[in-house]
Amino acid sequence: MNGAAVATSGLTKKFGAQVAVDGLDLLVPTGSVYGFLGPNGSGKTTTIRMLLGLVTPTAGTVELLGRAMPQHSGTVLSRVGALVEGPAFHPYLSGRDNLLRLDAADRTTDARTSRRRVDEALERVGLLAAATKRFRAYSLGMRQRLAISGALLRDRDLLVLDEPTNGLDPQGTREVRSLVASLAQEGTTVLISSHLLSEVEQMCSHLGVMHLGRLVAQGTSGEVRAVTEPEATVETDTPEVAARIMQELGLSDIRTGPRSASGRLDGIAPEKVVAACVHAGVAVVGFTSGAPSLEDVFVALTGEGFDVSG
Amino acid sequence: MSAVEAEAVSQPQVRGVSTRFLRSELHLIFRRRRNQAGLLVLASVPVLISIAVKVSSPGRGGDGPDFFSSITENGLFVALASLTLELGLFLPLAVAAIAGDAVAGEANIGTLRYLLTVPVQRSRLLAVKYAAIAIFALVATLVVTVTGIIMGLALFGGGDMTLLSGSQVGFGDGLLRVLGASLYLAFCFASLGAVGLFLSTLTEQPIAAMIAVLIFSTASFILDSIPQVGWLHPFLITHNWLAFGDVFRSPVSWQGIEHGCYVAAAYTVVFWLAGWARFAAKDVTS
Repeated sequence: MNGAAVATSGLTKKFGAQVAVDGLDLLVPTGSVYGFLGPNGSGKTTTIRMLLGLVTPTAGTVELLGRAMPQHSGTVLSRVGALVEGPAFHPYLSGRDNLLRLDAADRTTDARTSRRRVDEALERVGLLAAATKRFRAYSLGMRQRLAISGALLRDRDLLVLDEPTNGLDPQGTREVRSLVASLAQEGTTVLISSHLLSEVEQMCSHLGVMHLGRLVAQGTSGEVRAVTEPEATVETDTPEVAARIMQELGLSDIRTGPRSASGRLDGIAPEKVVAACVHAGVAVVGFTSGAPSLEDVFVALTGEGFDVSG
Repeated sequence: MSAVEAEAVSQPQVRGVSTRFLRSELHLIFRRRRNQAGLLVLASVPVLISIAVKVSSPGRGGDGPDFFSSITENGLFVALASLTLELGLFLPLAVAAIAGDAVAGEANIGTLRYLLTVPVQRSRLLAVKYAAIAIFALVATLVVTVTGIIMGLALFGGGDMTLLSGSQVGFGDGLLRVLGASLYLAFCFASLGAVGLFLSTLTEQPIAAMIAVLIFSTASFILDSIPQVGWLHPFLITHNWLAFGDVFRSPVSWQGIEHGCYVAAAYTVVFWLAGWARFAAKDVTS
C-alpha cells in the first residue's frame, strides 16, 4: 500500500466560467485523520464530490486508496464510507429500511449478514432504539447519525465525512469525536470537512485549508499552524498598560481586548513579557503563549470577511 | 485485524448477479402509499364499469374496439373495456409517476449521491430502475385486467366468448386472449416508461418529469388523430396501443400488434440509451 489514502493532482472543476476548484494537490496520508477546512463556498464539497466520482473533474486526477478514480469506482468505493453534504434518505422508510436499501445496492456485501450489519451500524451511532421509526420523524441529529451509520455498513479503509457534527447536540458531537478516534485507532483513514474548528483541532492529525478553490495550506497539524507566528496574551484589568509594555519589548500586531492584550512574539521569549508586565506593576491574571488557535490560523489563511467565497 | 481479514477488506469481491437491489427498488415502489393509492384508482375503473353496466343498459364507449356492448354476454369483456378506457390517461399516468420519479426523485431528496457512492454503477442503476418500471407497468396493467375479470365474472358470468368478428371460442381460450392482450399493453406502457426514465435523468423535479411523460403520450395521441400527419402515425408510441383488440378477431390479425411491438422495442432501446448517455457523465450535484 502506498502512503496516500487520497491523492489528487491538479484537480480542477469549472462550472461554466466559474472555477470552483483550482489545481488541487490534496494528499491524505493513510492512517491520518485529515481536517479539511475552508469557508463556505471555498470548494470543499465540490472536491469531495470529485473524490467520490459524483462530479467529473475538468482537469486533474484523483487516486483513492491507490486506485484511479472514477475508473475504479466500482471496487474502490465499497472500501470508502461517505457522508456527503448532509443526510439524505427516503422519508417514508424507517431508518433501518433505509440502511437495508443501501446495503442491498452494494454488490460486495453478503445479503445474509445484511440485517446484522445494519443493526450494528445503528447501534454504533446510538440509533437502534429508533430503528423502526420513519426517517421523516427523525430529528436533525438523528438524521445525521443515520447518515454516519450508513458509512459504517461494512469495513472501510477510508471515511469521507462532510460536516459530520452538523446539527448534533454536545453529547452527539462528543460521540462522533470518540467514534472517529476509535475508527482511526482501527486503522481507518478519515477525511473530515468541518467548520467547527475546535472539533477539528481535537480530532485531526493533518490539516488542509481551502480558500477560493485553492489549497492554501496542507500538512500535519503542527506544520499548518506554523504558518502563523506564535503569540503571547496577557490577561489583566489594565490591558492598555500591558499593550504599551509589549510594544516597548518589540512585539508586533498588538491588540487589546476588554481584559486582555496580545501580540506576535517575533522571536521574543514569552517569559520576558510576563516579567516586564509584573515589573511594571500590571496585575497579570493569566498568561498564554505559543501556537495560535486554529481559528486564528484559519482567519489568517482565509481572511476576516463575512462574505462567502464567490 | 488478521492478515486474512485485512485482505478481505482491501479486496472486496463483487458477488454474482443478485436481485437484491431490484427487490429493494420494488419494495420502494409498492410500499409507497401514493403508488398504492394509484393502483387502487386503476382498479376502481373496472369496478365502476361493471356496476354501471349491471344497473343500466350498455352503450358504446369511446373509440377503439367496442367491448362495452359485449359485457353482458361475457364478464371477460369488463377487463377489455377497462383497458380501453384507461390506456388514454390513467395507465400512462401511473407509469409516468413511477418513471418520472426513478432518477429525479432520488436526486430530489439527495439519495442519488448516496446510491452512487455505495457504489452503484450508473448503467446498473438505470438498468435496475428500468426493470422496476417495466415490472410496475406489468403489475398496473394486470391490476386492471384481473379486477375486470373478477368483477365481470362475478356480475355477468363467463362461458364461451363471442369474438368481435362473430365467431365463438371457449372460456379458456378467451381468458388466454385477455391475458395476451394485457401483456402486449404492458410492453407498450413499459416503452413509455423508458421515455420517462430518460426524462427523469434531465431534472431533479420528479413532478416535472412525470408531466413531461404525460405531455409526450398525450401529444402522441393528438398527432395520431390528425390525418394530415399520417406519415408520422406509424412512428408514434401510442399508435398501435389499441391494436390489442385485434387478439379478439378470428383469425387473429397480428399486423398491428407486431408493428406495435417493434415500435415499443425501438422506443425502449433508443430512450434507455439516451438516458444512459445523459446520465453516465452527468455531474451529480443534488
